Amino acid sequence: MANEIDRRAVIAGLIGGGALLSGCDRIGSSAPFQAAVEGARGLTMHSQRLLIGRDRLAPEFGRDKISDRFHANGTTDPIEPAYRALAANGFRQWRLEVDGLVHRPFGLSLAQLQTLPQRRQITRHDCVEGWSAIAEWQGVPLGLILAHAGLMPDARYAVFHCADRLGGDQYYESIDLIDAFHPQTILAHRMNGQPLGIAHGAPIRLRVERQLGYKQAKYVMRIELVATLDGIGGGKGGYWEDRRNYDYYAGI
Amino acid sequence: MVARLHHPISRHDLATRLWHWINALTILIMVMSGLTILNAHPRFYWGDVGTWGDIAWLQIGSSDGRGLLFIGDRMFDTTGWLGHWTDAQGVAQDWAFPGWITIPTDYDLAQGRIWHLLFAWVFVLGWLFYLGRGVISGHLRRDLWPRLGDLTPRALRHEIRHHLSISAIRAMADNGYNSLQRLSYLAVILGLIPLMIMTGLSMSPGMNAALPWLPELFGGRQSARSIHFLGMSAILIFVVVHLVMVLLAGPIRLILGMMTGGSLKAEGAHHGE
Repeated sequence: MANEIDRRAVIAGLIGGGALLSGCDRIGSSAPFQAAVEGARGLTMHSQRLLIGRDRLAPEFGRDKISDRFHANGTTDPIEPAYRALAANGFRQWRLEVDGLVHRPFGLSLAQLQTLPQRRQITRHDCVEGWSAIAEWQGVPLGLILAHAGLMPDARYAVFHCADRLGGDQYYESIDLIDAFHPQTILAHRMNGQPLGIAHGAPIRLRVERQLGYKQAKYVMRIELVATLDGIGGGKGGYWEDRRNYDYYAGI
Repeated sequence: MVARLHHPISRHDLATRLWHWINALTILIMVMSGLTILNAHPRFYWGDVGTWGDIAWLQIGSSDGRGLLFIGDRMFDTTGWLGHWTDAQGVAQDWAFPGWITIPTDYDLAQGRIWHLLFAWVFVLGWLFYLGRGVISGHLRRDLWPRLGDLTPRALRHEIRHHLSISAIRAMADNGYNSLQRLSYLAVILGLIPLMIMTGLSMSPGMNAALPWLPELFGGRQSARSIHFLGMSAILIFVVVHLVMVLLAGPIRLILGMMTGGSLKAEGAHHGE
């Protein structure tokens, strides 16, 4: 008798568990769940920022640690005619535009970018998918560019507009000013001692070393300083954030 | 003391019961959403790095409509289970883990991460709360810390023999935790759970800046990712053994006990003497 009751309880438990799990997809799209998610995202970002400190560096590695293979994700060969024309000419006509909430909007050629003070760093790139690869990056600290442009007081985010479209939408990313002025945040034009290849974002890609790979925008054409992310793309601050609800702060 | 004569001592205090059920749900969600994240790159490496094309010590893939699991040099056909399976709509899928065991059901890395990282907070805060409460109330020392005499080879042999008999298991379930129980619960609470938290944080580029030594403790970020997976597997083994023991020892009474507190028959009587 007791065994019979036990068996029934187990079966009821299994059915209940199954119902609970099929409900997860519905719970995941409900408003209270989304509110909890936003709360957890804020908690994650603020507690990480508190622990890390403003200017603490991402780990850097020795030359011997540079990976043989560095997988390229997302767009690996933009098909946009404007980009193809620039690439065909060795990016000599390419210009980086810096505008938005700055006192002195300006444009910069690749040659000019290369004459500015440089930073070189050997860091590990962590894709949101789970893989990692180490490479040496060389480029101009973003902070120098922003200081030259002169930020207006209400500038809060740097938005990176890219040359490539992915799945029909223009790729873009953005970071807040804490990461924008971080010493390792650079506009990289060299990788492992070579000019940056097209698969990895030629002529320049963003490196923001304390976050995941999808923040490292490739094919950067324009940096726009803004007060709010509203009205840019889908308003969530980046291509994957808009399209798939990826975390804006990608520190984990 | 006199009151205890008529009111048997509660077997599980409220903090233990709360944590048990919250954790049961949290671990289920963490495992299932973790498998969604794993579907994005079902390959494991040792060291700092590893990506497509590098040597993986474990990988799940598919080829010609077959699901394949590779562990080291060995290959296993896992068609229908891993790498190639049919979803509820009858559509063949090549994701590593099937939809019935992932959250969400359909592959969605962002949504899997959302579940995983939301419940990671529940997991960590619940563990800290339980641990703090357990130290202050003496629960860890009294109910979980093994008594020295119980750890002799002779005592352990005796205890293992006891676990081979259903009637002995049923009888033991009326008492406080036996020494094998104490050891396995402690291994999870003070071993596996902190290991999962530390290897999980080792994968965070933000935390790597804060605590650069953390991933190195495990031999690099990809090693930490591998150990995170192995730790999850160990927790699953614990859960299976735990559930089997509950089923053998009288599930209704034990589950009710974990909900309402239950009572300690033998020690209650002892206190009454």
